[in-house]
Amino acid sequence: MKRAFPWHIAVFLAPAFLIYTVFSALPLLDTLRLGFFTTYDSGHQTFVGLANYIKLLTDPDWSAGFWNAMHNNIKFFLIVMFVQNPIALLLAALLSMHGVRGAKGYQTLIFLPTLLSVVIIGFIWQLILSPLWGVSEKLMGFVGLADWFQPWLGDESSALITLSLISVWQFVGVPMMLIYASLIAIPDEIIEAARIEGASSWHIFWTIRLPLILPTLGLVTILTFVGNFNAFDLIYAVKGAIAGPNYSTDLLGTFFYRTFFGYQSQIGSPTMGAAVATTMFLIILSGVGVYFYFIQRKLQRFAF
Amino acid sequence: MQGNRFIRTALCAALLAAGAAQAGNLTIESWRTDDKALWEDVLIPAFNKKYPDVKVKFVPTAPTEYDSSLQTRLTGGTAGDLITCRPFDKSLDLFKKGYLESLNGKPGMQNFPDSAKVAWETDDGKTSFCMPMGAVMHGFLYNKKIFQELGVQPPKTIDEFHKVLEAAKKAGKVPMALGTADQWEANQIVFTSVGAPYWKGEEGRKALIAGKARFTDPQFVAVWDEMSKWGPYLAKGYSAQTYADTQNLFASGKAAVVAVGSWDISYYNQNAKFEYGAFPPPVPKAGDKCYISDHPDIGMGVNPKSKNKDDAYKFLTWLGSQEFADLYTNKVTGFYSLSNHLISVKDPVAKQMLDWRKSCASTIRLNAQIMNRGEPNMENELWNVNSQVLNGKMTPKDAATRIQTGFAKWYKPQQK
Repeated sequence: MKRAFPWHIAVFLAPAFLIYTVFSALPLLDTLRLGFFTTYDSGHQTFVGLANYIKLLTDPDWSAGFWNAMHNNIKFFLIVMFVQNPIALLLAALLSMHGVRGAKGYQTLIFLPTLLSVVIIGFIWQLILSPLWGVSEKLMGFVGLADWFQPWLGDESSALITLSLISVWQFVGVPMMLIYASLIAIPDEIIEAARIEGASSWHIFWTIRLPLILPTLGLVTILTFVGNFNAFDLIYAVKGAIAGPNYSTDLLGTFFYRTFFGYQSQIGSPTMGAAVATTMFLIILSGVGVYFYFIQRKLQRFAF
Repeated sequence: MQGNRFIRTALCAALLAAGAAQAGNLTIESWRTDDKALWEDVLIPAFNKKYPDVKVKFVPTAPTEYDSSLQTRLTGGTAGDLITCRPFDKSLDLFKKGYLESLNGKPGMQNFPDSAKVAWETDDGKTSFCMPMGAVMHGFLYNKKIFQELGVQPPKTIDEFHKVLEAAKKAGKVPMALGTADQWEANQIVFTSVGAPYWKGEEGRKALIAGKARFTDPQFVAVWDEMSKWGPYLAKGYSAQTYADTQNLFASGKAAVVAVGSWDISYYNQNAKFEYGAFPPPVPKAGDKCYISDHPDIGMGVNPKSKNKDDAYKFLTWLGSQEFADLYTNKVTGFYSLSNHLISVKDPVAKQMLDWRKSCASTIRLNAQIMNRGEPNMENELWNVNSQVLNGKMTPKDAATRIQTGFAKWYKPQQK
């Protein structure tokens, strides 16, 4: 007997499928298409093949800006990756220990900045670090470090690092929560068994807990990667679209914004912008691809 | 981020379309979020006295988002009936793409001199597409109390200017409030304003466009040279000082001098508790003619897709009237009407600035016309280069070379 078509599945999938298609898949496909066109002064668009991409990668004006943004973006990602995630791991490990007083309170406090708008975060930190009325110079003075104070956000050498640390401060709660959740999911029996065998806490952490949460660390890594190569809002909120000084905080996101929408007297080009967006998409796609092929596949899942 | 933007745009578009569809209604697109109350409480009611049956809605978008969101709405056919125009190429681009109507011969346009219309016409000067509304002027404000304590007068030459700053520094004041975190000030109210007397205003600007002068010529390098000497006179950590910080710093009475655009007057009228005056950019040598950056900044055009063009033109006619010129100049302090009407300016500092027109020659911002058209975009380049010169990170010579190289790369007359 032929089974009836499972209509209920189609009905339940339809809303998500429609919304995803209309607001995510179609714009993405249209962006890919638009990257092969060029815009004339009259607003007319024609097909030019790979010309936009060739211009982006070979014309010195475009490629210098692009590679600068790419370079900054990698730096931004590495700082966030190797500062935010170890801190998150440490915090999660501490919070998941038995009998930590006020653990819930700390969790909430550490997670709180994530809920704030990036614009507010940017504004608050600009004020804190302001050389005119910021509190940081005074606070540093209490421990005798006042001479070390610099206008970090205004210095070419430190602006990007400062911004990435602000980003770490805001978002450290997310990986912390994810790692925390997987740490407390480890059954107590395993830990107890190890303890009875005479393993130290240190030993237990490195040889039992850490391997068991590797899939989560992998997830955190990939979320950090995607999030940082799409980063835009913090830079835009603090430094504007001409991510100064001397483009030292320019990320692919701000570079894309200037190209697509234009800025001040720079006239935006939807087609060139689409080429930049597609390039960003390809970078992220290949990063994620490499990750899945080499790492995610090899991670073992442990069923408890 | 992407998805959100699309959804938001679509929602805004739907809302605007619903508002624009009714006859007898006009929607004004603008970036002047600061003036929203003024439009709603003063300008639109004044218009409604003459035309009571036209409902006008003023819908501003934040200045930094205006150009991109307007472009999106125009492309989608959901933009308002009246479009506030940025000067020069930005609006010219809209006109070329068919998003602005030609205003040739429309009533009201006859009230504006050619020098005002130049910001919104095609390169051949034959077609105008926006009605000029207002100009801004650039110069310096000074704290009268501090100047009195120091026993100094508003400086006329660069030498005097330095003496004043030096005296303020010795007295423990911040000599000049200026920061480079936001970058645009370094170009729009420093380089193109302070530089005008060096390159002799229009003469120097036109020579660049004609290809007869280079940015590496002494009259341009001298400006960067002057700016490179300002570092010691600015507040500590000025490289992280935003425009809002600058405004606060001068309004708090700690700084002797601030480089400003005339729009700042309304801010300081509200926030500064002391008397202040204005002086134009100092001239290089005593006896030199003074030049000021007197820049047409804001105009108004008509959306060709408007469903209510008749009313839009009624509004535009009123925009060209004596009544509007008077209201605009005196209520939006720091913006000066560009029309031929005789208007008395009531605010003392705004009047002081306007009176510079009598003794100094006016010019527009150096790169506003034609020079911003190529890649690399000169406006963005100048923001970057000028901030770096102020920060002491780039030499005047390197600054000149970089701007000249970028300019000559795409501009034919500069390649000879």
